[in-house]
Amino acid sequence: MSWWRPSDVGFATRVKLDDIGRAARLFTRLCALFLAALRRARLLVDQVHFLGNHSLAIITVSGLFVGFVLGLQGYYTLQRYGSAEALGLLVALSLVRELGPVVTALLFAGRAGTSLTAEIGLMKAGEQLAAMEMMAVDPVQRVLAPRFWGGVVAMPLLAAVFSAVGILGGWLVGVVLIGVDSGSFWSQMQNGVDVFKDVGNGVVKSLVFGFTVTFVALLQGYECQPTPEGVSRATTRTVVIASLAVLGLDFVLTAMMFSV
Amino acid sequence: MQKSNRDVWVGLFVMIGAAAILFLALKAGNLLSLSFEDTYSVSARFDNIGGLKPRAPVKSAGVVVGRVAAIGFDTQTYQARVDINLEKRFTFPKDSSAKILTSGLLGEQYVGLEPGADEKNLVAGDAIKSTQSAVVLENLIGQFLYNKAADAGSTEGGKK
Repeated sequence: MSWWRPSDVGFATRVKLDDIGRAARLFTRLCALFLAALRRARLLVDQVHFLGNHSLAIITVSGLFVGFVLGLQGYYTLQRYGSAEALGLLVALSLVRELGPVVTALLFAGRAGTSLTAEIGLMKAGEQLAAMEMMAVDPVQRVLAPRFWGGVVAMPLLAAVFSAVGILGGWLVGVVLIGVDSGSFWSQMQNGVDVFKDVGNGVVKSLVFGFTVTFVALLQGYECQPTPEGVSRATTRTVVIASLAVLGLDFVLTAMMFSV
Repeated sequence: MQKSNRDVWVGLFVMIGAAAILFLALKAGNLLSLSFEDTYSVSARFDNIGGLKPRAPVKSAGVVVGRVAAIGFDTQTYQARVDINLEKRFTFPKDSSAKILTSGLLGEQYVGLEPGADEKNLVAGDAIKSTQSAVVLENLIGQFLYNKAADAGSTEGGKK
């Protein structure tokens, strides 16, 4: 292995900057195409169906089990301090603030993000995108924008379903199975959870994650090497980058929203 | 046929999502206790409010009759100024007294309102005159230690 020459460093930096620039341009284009996506509602509905409805099963089941585990573990810890009634608060706050948006985003990246990347990547490998351009059809508007906004619409709804089902799961384990008092379970929850600060910020979080995950998936598909190997690598990168971005962003958002 | 079928499923998905948000807001959050009833605002000054927070409940005889609207600091008297929104349908005599209490041993703090005997009622903008501060644990322990020391001192003095 030879030493790096300054020109190599400069080239690598330029390539990276070029990537970032193209990503930023695609992002602004997709955002600007919001109205265009709304106007072609048929495409948008199809994508919400594909990204949302098909993810509903995995989201619901995961939410239920995360709720179960939170109920069990929360009870185990809280009853040591004689405050098992706070179980509802613990389950609701951890789900609404953190677990709901984050776990949903991670699952969404695995379930829907990968299929988006693979679909776009194969379209590119099969030169369908190039063919569209030949016919003066803008592939970003026709193919990418509906998928982008479909994902952005689906994500907060999925996260809300996850949190709601998780709370029901925690209730099932805590109240029905273990026998925490049902009244104090709900009333502690209602006293401690603020509609705007907790539920509202959770929705904002999941919206941000929806932008992040869907955009990463589309970008990886759009920019991939148009070969079978390139598509497979892009799909892997989608999961890795989207997951890391979600976890990093979650820290930043939490610090911003709940610091006071 | 295929298309319209899909629309139904998407509609169902959106409805489920909206229902979930509604569930979180109503059942888990406290949107229901955001009362939209007419309120009137009174204020009270406390020497120490402890851990009282805005939106904490105001209870009389254990029933929620209003909420803490805002908490400020009065630079004239060096006291905490607590603005309270009471629901219109509840009226209290002018000489009612307010206390800061804690629900349970470690629960949240709330304002307890005890009705007085005056014939006139509190109206918007009034101030509640008699107030009782929150119990601050450190002060309580300090007082206890002080009393202990005073006791020990007096018994020793008695022996001499």
